[in-house]
Amino acid sequence: MTGPPVATEDPAKHAIRMAGIDKSFGGVRANRKASLEVSTGEIHAIVGENGAGKSTLMKILGGLQKPDSGTMQVNGRDVTGWTTSDAIAAGIGVVHQHFMLVPTLTVAENIILGMEPVSGGRIDYPKAVAGVEELSRETGLAISANALVSGLSVGEAQRVEILKVLYRGATILVLDEPTAVLSPPEVKELWAVLRRLREAGGTIVLITHRLDEVIEISDTITVMRGGETVDRLRTSDTSPAQIARAMVGRDVSLTSREAVVALGAPGEIETEDAAAATFHPSDDMTSAIRVTDLVVLGSQNIRAVDAVTFSIRPGEILGIAGVEGNGQTELIEALAGLRPIESGLMRMGGHDVTRKDVTGRRDAGLSHIPEDRHRRGLILDYSIADNLVLGLQDSYTNRGLLDGERIASNAKEQVAAFDIRPPSAEIPARNLSGGNQQKVVIAREMGRPFSVLLASQPTRGVDVGAIEFIHSELRKARADGKAILLVSAELNEVLSLSDRIAVMYRGKMTRVMRASEVTEESLGEYMMGTKRDSAA
Amino acid sequence: MREKLEEALYPPVVALLVALICGDLLIMSYGQSPATVYRLLLEGTWGNAYGFGQVLYKATTLTFTGLAVSLGIRAGLFNVGAESQLAAGGFLAALLGLALVPTIPLVLAIPLCILAAGVGGGLVGAVPGYLKVRFGAHEVIVTIMLNFVVLALLNWIVAGHLNVSETLHTPEIRNGAIPRLDSFIPAFHGSAANLSIIVALITTGLLWLYLFRSRRGYELRAVGLQPDVAEYGGVKVGATLMRAMVLSGALAGLGGINYVLGYKGYYEEGFVGGVGFLGIAVALVGRNHPVGVVLAALFFATLSQGGLAIHALVPKQLVEVLQGVVILAVAMSVPEVRNALRKARKPVAA
Repeated sequence: MTGPPVATEDPAKHAIRMAGIDKSFGGVRANRKASLEVSTGEIHAIVGENGAGKSTLMKILGGLQKPDSGTMQVNGRDVTGWTTSDAIAAGIGVVHQHFMLVPTLTVAENIILGMEPVSGGRIDYPKAVAGVEELSRETGLAISANALVSGLSVGEAQRVEILKVLYRGATILVLDEPTAVLSPPEVKELWAVLRRLREAGGTIVLITHRLDEVIEISDTITVMRGGETVDRLRTSDTSPAQIARAMVGRDVSLTSREAVVALGAPGEIETEDAAAATFHPSDDMTSAIRVTDLVVLGSQNIRAVDAVTFSIRPGEILGIAGVEGNGQTELIEALAGLRPIESGLMRMGGHDVTRKDVTGRRDAGLSHIPEDRHRRGLILDYSIADNLVLGLQDSYTNRGLLDGERIASNAKEQVAAFDIRPPSAEIPARNLSGGNQQKVVIAREMGRPFSVLLASQPTRGVDVGAIEFIHSELRKARADGKAILLVSAELNEVLSLSDRIAVMYRGKMTRVMRASEVTEESLGEYMMGTKRDSAA
Repeated sequence: MREKLEEALYPPVVALLVALICGDLLIMSYGQSPATVYRLLLEGTWGNAYGFGQVLYKATTLTFTGLAVSLGIRAGLFNVGAESQLAAGGFLAALLGLALVPTIPLVLAIPLCILAAGVGGGLVGAVPGYLKVRFGAHEVIVTIMLNFVVLALLNWIVAGHLNVSETLHTPEIRNGAIPRLDSFIPAFHGSAANLSIIVALITTGLLWLYLFRSRRGYELRAVGLQPDVAEYGGVKVGATLMRAMVLSGALAGLGGINYVLGYKGYYEEGFVGGVGFLGIAVALVGRNHPVGVVLAALFFATLSQGGLAIHALVPKQLVEVLQGVVILAVAMSVPEVRNALRKARKPVAA
């Protein structure tokens, strides 16, 4: 069967056309009427905040997910709902953020895996090496074909990944946040390779949320927000500010006041919401939490958090902005007691809690909204009531047995106070919507006495109503004199809630700035690492 | 609540139906009528006091090993070592029974010997627990290997140092024997059923209380479901795993009292005979719930005893085939197993 001819456009011009793509997971709509048009032979950047639906759209393109509705064409052919092998056969090569290589095999062996050149029933290894070396020369992806993958640097491993998809004949290359793991010189090399591929007629789709990269490398840009495609820009006609505005959005979900802040006019809040925004704690107040020269090791023993120093006073929100993966996760986990502190000091209310465990810090007045409620925050098969006492199980125990009545009455109170729906404490957390799951976490962590709150991505993946509710809870807590450390990938959230703001870049924390002296542009420069005066 | 119950019962019931159909086909392939064979099976088990007593006896050990495996699974551990934990429990109970002088009153001697059984199993369970927490050794490998080591060790001790000559068992215990049911209800005469069944039922109740009403149980299940979340909730994951492995071993070890203290009065090489492994099936069919475990234990005990009753018409191995079908069918439908398989398939990151 032949598909209907594409009437209006020259089909050969478009490498990818996706239109009206809808995709839901459970109750969450990851893509809503998303679209993507990529011309053959261009470098096309897809930008958007976390949860904007970029990765889902790419998974649909690569055949890993089927769209609920919508159409997609590749090189003018209708391929809606194809499989991964169809996608590979059609020349789509996806390089994932997390490498999928066999560490004990050589570079050449990894590259040929699944399509080994065979002679006489045996793998023709010399031929494989020759093929890989030729490809390496053509593309400029320098690599030694006989090296073991386990001995490669991250940058080299990524080159192997790219070679792998090219070896399979990919002409449309999809790169999911390729620079997240690269050092600046490696990024430069990658750009050179991508340009060379473009000159050879290849099409490249690049997912990223670093605006400097977008400007530097791309020809055209698709901006996604909340699952939708909100803008399509020509890089030469646009500016970082315009892209950022499209990413954050003027008329989003959030209140107009916050949107205004997000656009870099923080002065306006003080008049509108003086009570909340002008709480300026006096300098002689002791800090609720003080962190000095904190060092935390990440994977491969690199310093994920590198000598970070800050303090937060009661009644103050310190916001941490920054591209994800710059040490925020490790910082929060170390403060919560979930990750060992390599060196440095953590004090709460004047007491040293550096060596205390999770429970010890909780007892000292620490609350923690984890960045990923499914991985850290909720036992999904436990009831709402049971989840509401997680971490407090000790205080709900009488002679070894849980006090069911107090757990139930606590649940009743919290469900009402935090408007958790459905208002039945017995149903498993798994059956709640994302927003209500997050409310359970918030209720547990904020519905009890605490002095310091670690709020990590507090509104990630929740609906508009819940976002406003959570923001107002955070403001209320600040008014009550709590110290809050807010980490969020949403710039406008950090800008609208924080009294002071710092940026994390490659494990280091920049100077802590007053929210009023910060603009989106200046934050952006810190986040990209182009400007870096570090704290203290 | 009702929905939960339906959801829990669904896989075992489907498994039973599948097994029944397979059983029908097998029976017919022997030229027999399924109705006749099943009637005979029921008559030989639940139909008379002796058969019923044997079912109760077999169900008692299976309850203990089933509880042992189910506790492990609740904590996210797959204890394949119930076989050797059961043997070690029986062995230690026999040792103490041999050591205690007959003048010590039974009300003291029996609990002591029961405790010894629990300690024996718990010690064997502690080894994989420690190795897992300290070195990350996978408990499945360790418990399987430990089965060989422990059983061989016990056999060596018994055969070389403790046996009554010409036999593979220890001398009869001097104290701590658990009375048989036929001393209260004469109709049970000849069956091995004994008061260990009361211990099994009490243990079942206590385990339920522990798992679902105690703080430790709350933490244990949290570790089994989502260890990262448990850690966030201040639970000491390593200590909880260690505790679960020891308790699981102890539960299996307690099963040793049924044979050693309640039936024979001595430890005998090979008395375990696969009951530890069958505990895995009992736990799965019983959906890792203490009450479900008791019911599943009764079911497997009925099959095992019923095999003897139908031997005249069809080979008794038929019931083993049925057991296998039930286990496979349940294993494929139970979410725990599918999760475990998915975890096992998770590739090593580069």
